[in-house]
Amino acid sequence: MDFNFDSEQNDLREAVRGLLERAYGDSEVRRKLVANDPGFDEKTWSRLAEMGLLGLPFAEEHGGMGAGPVEVAIVAEEMGRVIAPEPFIEAVVLAGGLIAAVGTDEQKGELLGALAEGTTIPAFAHAETGTRWVPTASAVTATQAGDGWTLSGTKEPVPNGARADVLVVSAALAGDGGTGLFLVQGDASGLTRTGYRTHDGGRAANVRFESTPAVALGAGGDQTAAIERALAEARIAYSHESIGAMDTALRTTAEYLKTRKQFGVTLNRFQALTFRAADMYVSLELARSTALWASMVQDAGGDVVSAADRARLQTSRAGRHIGKEAIQLHGGIGVTAEYKVGHYTSRLTAIDHLLGDGDWAADRLAAGVAAHETVDPLGAPYTG
Amino acid sequence: MRLQLSPELEAFREEMRTFFTTQVPQEIRDKVAAHRHLSKDEYVAAQRALNAAGLAVPHWPVEWGGKDWTPLQRHIWREEMQLANVPEPLAFNASMIGPVLAAFGNQEQKERFLAKTANLDIWWCQGFSEPDAGSDLASLRTTAVRDGDDWVVNGQKTWTTLGQYADWIFCLVRTDPTAEKKQRGISLLVFPMDTPGVTLRPIELIDGGFEVNEVFFEDVRVPAENLVGEENRGWDYAKFLLGNERVGIARVGATKRLIAQAKEYAQEISEGGRPLLENPRMAARVAELENELLALELTALRVVANSADGKPHPASSVLKLRGSELQQAAMELVVDIAGPLSVSSFAEEGSDVPDWARVATPSYLNYRKVSIYGGSNEVQRTIIAGTILGL
Repeated sequence: MDFNFDSEQNDLREAVRGLLERAYGDSEVRRKLVANDPGFDEKTWSRLAEMGLLGLPFAEEHGGMGAGPVEVAIVAEEMGRVIAPEPFIEAVVLAGGLIAAVGTDEQKGELLGALAEGTTIPAFAHAETGTRWVPTASAVTATQAGDGWTLSGTKEPVPNGARADVLVVSAALAGDGGTGLFLVQGDASGLTRTGYRTHDGGRAANVRFESTPAVALGAGGDQTAAIERALAEARIAYSHESIGAMDTALRTTAEYLKTRKQFGVTLNRFQALTFRAADMYVSLELARSTALWASMVQDAGGDVVSAADRARLQTSRAGRHIGKEAIQLHGGIGVTAEYKVGHYTSRLTAIDHLLGDGDWAADRLAAGVAAHETVDPLGAPYTG
Repeated sequence: MRLQLSPELEAFREEMRTFFTTQVPQEIRDKVAAHRHLSKDEYVAAQRALNAAGLAVPHWPVEWGGKDWTPLQRHIWREEMQLANVPEPLAFNASMIGPVLAAFGNQEQKERFLAKTANLDIWWCQGFSEPDAGSDLASLRTTAVRDGDDWVVNGQKTWTTLGQYADWIFCLVRTDPTAEKKQRGISLLVFPMDTPGVTLRPIELIDGGFEVNEVFFEDVRVPAENLVGEENRGWDYAKFLLGNERVGIARVGATKRLIAQAKEYAQEISEGGRPLLENPRMAARVAELENELLALELTALRVVANSADGKPHPASSVLKLRGSELQQAAMELVVDIAGPLSVSSFAEEGSDVPDWARVATPSYLNYRKVSIYGGSNEVQRTIIAGTILGL
């Protein structure tokens, strides 16, 4: 058991932080940027590609860096620290992760290489308005058509769905054949995408398929388990993004308490406020430990789905606590768009609802409480 | 970043587990598991079993019986001990005065006390808090005035845990009432509890038990050689000692054991025709608690890994704060599982209420102490806000 980063990992963090600080060190830059489509900076995206970050978890033979979950965690946390709007987790960890997990060699070589170079951005079209946080599809169905497939139905909200060059789509297979995964090109016929802003400055889309031509991702068939796993890995990455965001929210709040004066003294003279900041620190550090552990479980080949639920539960509770308190401890300025802290709360709230919230994770863990005597994080590999 | 224990540490963990579950008397471990108070003889028997195997004071310097273990080994030792319901070596001896004597005592004091302290041949108690000096410990008023070769001690201590069993007391006393800073005029004295002028009054707690006491000093004569370290430096030693007290205070293993027990109890009680553990609200509550405890355990491991220089990691305040809250939450869970059975605290023979349900509420009430002792949780928040957040 070792919680220390090695020197290469520290170098990676420093490099990513430097790049993102230059891009978003001034929070006003981000605010202006997200006002216009596509909601992120294509130049920053290119720089992330140049640094190799967009191919970070993929095999070198597919144009990637062959790095592990801890490196992904480091990048995600640094993205969260400045709430960078680039869709790193959505495109690389989630959509890219699915392509890497189930794609054919040809699909991997083509798509992951282009993703790593920054020339193709994939998105995962999975959520449907009538269900939530399931690894299956029902509103979008797949029909075999000759050698290929067509898809029909609607996905929403699809993060980054309007800008994406290619969509990885989950769809119900006929005759209770489970949920398959398909590739749909952005310019496919019968594809209608209506994008809009999300509250956190991101982008999402309503994506309609009307007999839209599609290609099976990988060998086809039921991919529910692969989706569950990819969602789990994205949940872990989001946990790290939220740790970065919480860290900044707390540091910003502490700084404010030291400088803002009321009643003739700085706010840190009021114990009612400093104790609440102390509780935010407790929440943050407990969540950080759990997120790091989940990445180590993933790295060690343990039960990544259960570990992700645990990280999700802890970071959900912490994110709500810290996000809300950060605003309250600032007072009115915290609710304004001009000041940065409220944007962190907005992003934490979005992360909390994209792939499953704390109550949802707690319910899943609750279903398994009778199956183990104690939770043993040191037992290797962690088996849930 | 690595999840697994090395093969060596895995073997070490197994060695600890085997020792604790086979070499410490079963009836003592059963009593700890049942949350019953141990007798003095049981504490002594358990500590001597550990000490005979060199496992009572592994964190002491090697020449005085320590093991030169890594912080992670110590963590595993403590966790496995708690999981096996082994009573931990008496904190006043093993974690408090022992390390202080080893670090600041003179050679004669080390030779006189340390071996007996490790073996619980001497039972120590703590003379720190006073009626007007709780969280504000430095405002203590018990005085020691030099008279020839003796110090003459007058005053009163309180919250002296298990003082009724103690042979000796280590005591913070004011030796320089004129010191500009109140922390600067304090010294650390040790003396036998049967010294003339020492009287002890037990305090009954809300669980009906007697574990803390008031101790009164009336012209107690303490030989000058019983001063530990330098005169008027006692506050430094107290801080050193309390820092040690905070390590391991998360009590993750003990809470883990308690939650496991709670799940068993929740299988025994049925509600609406099915085990209480299958009630979704109960299951979710257990799941949340297990996850909070996991987060605490992982944080303890992080702190352990980063405190190799011997100084307590600043985040150790998180361990005390959250560790105490989770101990309390787990005990509260047991009371809630017991439901109406939780009132049968003093049932004896002829009652059908299971033993665990009888002790649940007294333990829950007793456990209110854990967020108060060792630096109250409000003191921990002050430390976090001040030293970590710079507020």
